[in-house]
Amino acid sequence: MESEVKDHAELAAIFNKDENRVDWHDETLWWVRQKRDKMAHGLPGWEALREAASQIKDNVLSNLSQYLQQFEANAQANGTIVHWAADAKEHNEIVLELLLKNGIRKMVKSKSMLTEECHLNEYLEQQGIDVIDSDLGERIVQLAKEPPSHIVLPCIHKKKEEIGDLFHIHLGTPAGNADPQLLTEAARQHLREVFLTRKAALTGVNFAVAETGEFVVCTNEGNADMGAHLADIHIASMGIEKIIPQRKHLGVFLRLLARSATGQPITTYSSHFVKPRDGQRLHIIIVDNGRSIQLGREDFRNSLKCIRCGACMNTCPVYRRSGGHSYHTAIAGPIGAILAPNLDMEKYADLPFASTLCGSCSNVCPVKIDIHQQLYKWRQVIVQKGYTTTAKKASMKLMAFTLSSPAAYHTGGKVGRWVLKHAPFAVNNKFNPWFKQRDMPETPEQSFGEWYNKNRKK
Amino acid sequence: MKVGLFIPCYVDQFYPGAAIATLQLLEKLGVDVTYPPNQTCCGQPMANSGFEHLTGGCNDLFIKNFAGFDYVVAPSGSCVLHIKEHLHGDADPQATINHKVYELTEFLTDVLKVKSLPAKFPHKVGMHQSCHGQRGLHLSQMTELVAPEYSKPGSLLNMVEGIELIPLNRKDECCGFGGTFCVAEESVSVKMGKDRVADHLEHGAEFITGVDMSCLMHMEGILNRQGSKVKVLHIAEILNAG
Repeated sequence: MESEVKDHAELAAIFNKDENRVDWHDETLWWVRQKRDKMAHGLPGWEALREAASQIKDNVLSNLSQYLQQFEANAQANGTIVHWAADAKEHNEIVLELLLKNGIRKMVKSKSMLTEECHLNEYLEQQGIDVIDSDLGERIVQLAKEPPSHIVLPCIHKKKEEIGDLFHIHLGTPAGNADPQLLTEAARQHLREVFLTRKAALTGVNFAVAETGEFVVCTNEGNADMGAHLADIHIASMGIEKIIPQRKHLGVFLRLLARSATGQPITTYSSHFVKPRDGQRLHIIIVDNGRSIQLGREDFRNSLKCIRCGACMNTCPVYRRSGGHSYHTAIAGPIGAILAPNLDMEKYADLPFASTLCGSCSNVCPVKIDIHQQLYKWRQVIVQKGYTTTAKKASMKLMAFTLSSPAAYHTGGKVGRWVLKHAPFAVNNKFNPWFKQRDMPETPEQSFGEWYNKNRKK
Repeated sequence: MKVGLFIPCYVDQFYPGAAIATLQLLEKLGVDVTYPPNQTCCGQPMANSGFEHLTGGCNDLFIKNFAGFDYVVAPSGSCVLHIKEHLHGDADPQATINHKVYELTEFLTDVLKVKSLPAKFPHKVGMHQSCHGQRGLHLSQMTELVAPEYSKPGSLLNMVEGIELIPLNRKDECCGFGGTFCVAEESVSVKMGKDRVADHLEHGAEFITGVDMSCLMHMEGILNRQGSKVKVLHIAEILNAG
C-alpha cells in the first residue's frame, strides 16, 4: 500500500519491538486456544455440531429475506419496535433520534461489535451524548481511548498493571495497585452507579430467532441484563446475519459459542429478550452495512455465518504475534481480514496478506467458514482490482516470465547461485528483509537438474 | 507404473540434497522414476501473492512435462497442495493433473504402502508439521479437530532405526514462512520462526525435519543466525539415510 496510513506489516513490526510483550500476548491467547481444545475434545459430537451449525447458517443465508421478515412480524407482534438501517450512518442516526426524542443524553451500552463497526460511540459523543461501555474489557479500552483489540476479549492487549494505572486516573483506585480483585470491585461499583442512572441501554444481539421474534444476548458479566432491565428504553442492534430460524437451533449455537470463544461450556448469561416489560420500550435496529453486498459475493458470502466467537483470532499465529490493533479495523484477526475488504477494499487491501494461509482458523471455526481459502481468494480480487503496488506487479511479471521458460529459469538459477556464492554482499544487506534476522541458505555447487543430467542421463 | 519426479524450483536451486534423497529413495523402493528436465515451478509464489492470473505459463509447462506419467511425486506438501487446488491447463482447460499428484510421504504410505524402510538415523529429531501438507493434504491429524490421531510422515519416520522423535509443546503451529509472507511480514514471520525453533531446541532436537524444505529453509536461517548447531533435513534425507 502506497499511503501514509500504516499497514498490517508496519503496525506488526512496531508491536514486535517489545519481544517479551509479544511472548506474553501469544501465550495468553494460546492458553485460551488450549481451553477451547479441552472443551471441544470433551464433546464427542463436536465435529457433528460444527457441521450442523454450518448447515443451519447456510440455510439462513439462502433464505435471509424471508427469515428477516418473519422475525420482524413476530417481534412486532411481541410489542417490539423494529427499525431497518441500510448502513452505519442510518443506524447511528436511529439511535440518536431515539435518545433525543426521549430527552436522554446518557446511555449505557453492553458489548456490540456492530456498534464498533458503525463507530457509534464517536458519533454520539460528537452529538453530545455520553456513552458508557459496561463490559469490563470494553470499559477499560474506552477509558484508554482505544478500540477493542479482540472481539471477545477487548483489552487482551493490556497488562493488569496498565489497567491499574488507568483505574487510578479515572476511578480513583490506589496508585500502583494492580490487584485484579480490587480493580474488578472498583469497576463494579463504578458501573453499578451507571446502571442505576441510565435511562437508555443499548445491547448487541447474538442470535435473533425468526420463529419467535425474540433475541438472545450472551455475556459473562450480566452487564447487558443490568443495563436493559434498569433502563426505560432498550435498543438492540443486530446485523442482518444474526438470524436463526428456530429457537431449538440455539441448542446447537449456544453449545458452540462459549466453548469456541473462551473454553467455557456456556456463557454465564444467555438472556432471551422476547418482549418489553411493562412501561419499557424495546427497539431492534436491523443493520445491513455492506452485508447484502457480501451475500452477493459467491466466494465470500459464507463469511456471514460468523457468530463472533473469536476462536480464529486465538488460534492465529499471526494475530497472536501482531496484536488486534495491527489490523486497523473493528474486527481483527482472520475473520476481520475477510470481512473488512468487503467494506473498503483499498483501505483493507493489506489484511488478506497478513496470513501464512496455515488454515488453523478454518479448523477451529464453529460454523466452518473456509477462512483461509477466502484469504487466498481476496488476494486475487484485490490484485485484479488494482490495489497493489507497481513494484510488486513488475516483480510478479518477471517471476511469471522466468518460471514459464525453462531456459530463463536455468540461466536465472545459475546466475543467482553465482551471485550468492561470489558476491554475497549483494543480498546479505539491510535491503533484503530475509537477511535482517535470518541467514541465507548455503549455495550448492550445482542444482538438482545439473546433478541429474550428469548422474542419471539415460 | 511410471512416476514423474517434480522438484520445486527452490529445492532444485538451493537444496539438491533433498531432491537427490527423494530420487534415491524412490529408486530404492523399485519405482520407475524420471525427472523431466524442462520443469520449473508450480506457480504458487505468484498465486499466493494474488497473481494467480499470471500462472498460465507455469501451468501449461507443468502439464506438458507431467501429462505422460501415471503419478507425479514431489518432496513438498505446499507445492502439491497448490497443484491440486489451483493448477489447471490454461491452453486446454480440460487438462488436469491434480488427481495424480502426490506429496512424497503420502505416495509412500498410500500408493506404495511401504511397511518398512532400510533406513538408520540414530538421532533426536523434531518433526515440523508444515501447514499445507498437514491441514491442506491431511498428511497428519490436526490438533484443532476432534478426530483420531494419525501421521503419514510420522509413521514413516518410526520405521527408521535408531531415531528418537521428540515431543513438542505446540505440535502443529505454523513456522511463519508463508511464501512472500516471509519478507512482506518480516517481523511476524521471524518471530513465528524463532518460537517454532525454540520449541524444538527446548526438547533437545539435534535435527528438525519436515515434508517442506521452505519451512525448513526459514527455520535454518534462524538457527544459523543464532549460531545453533541444530540442522534441518528434509524427511527424504532421513528416510534415505544409512
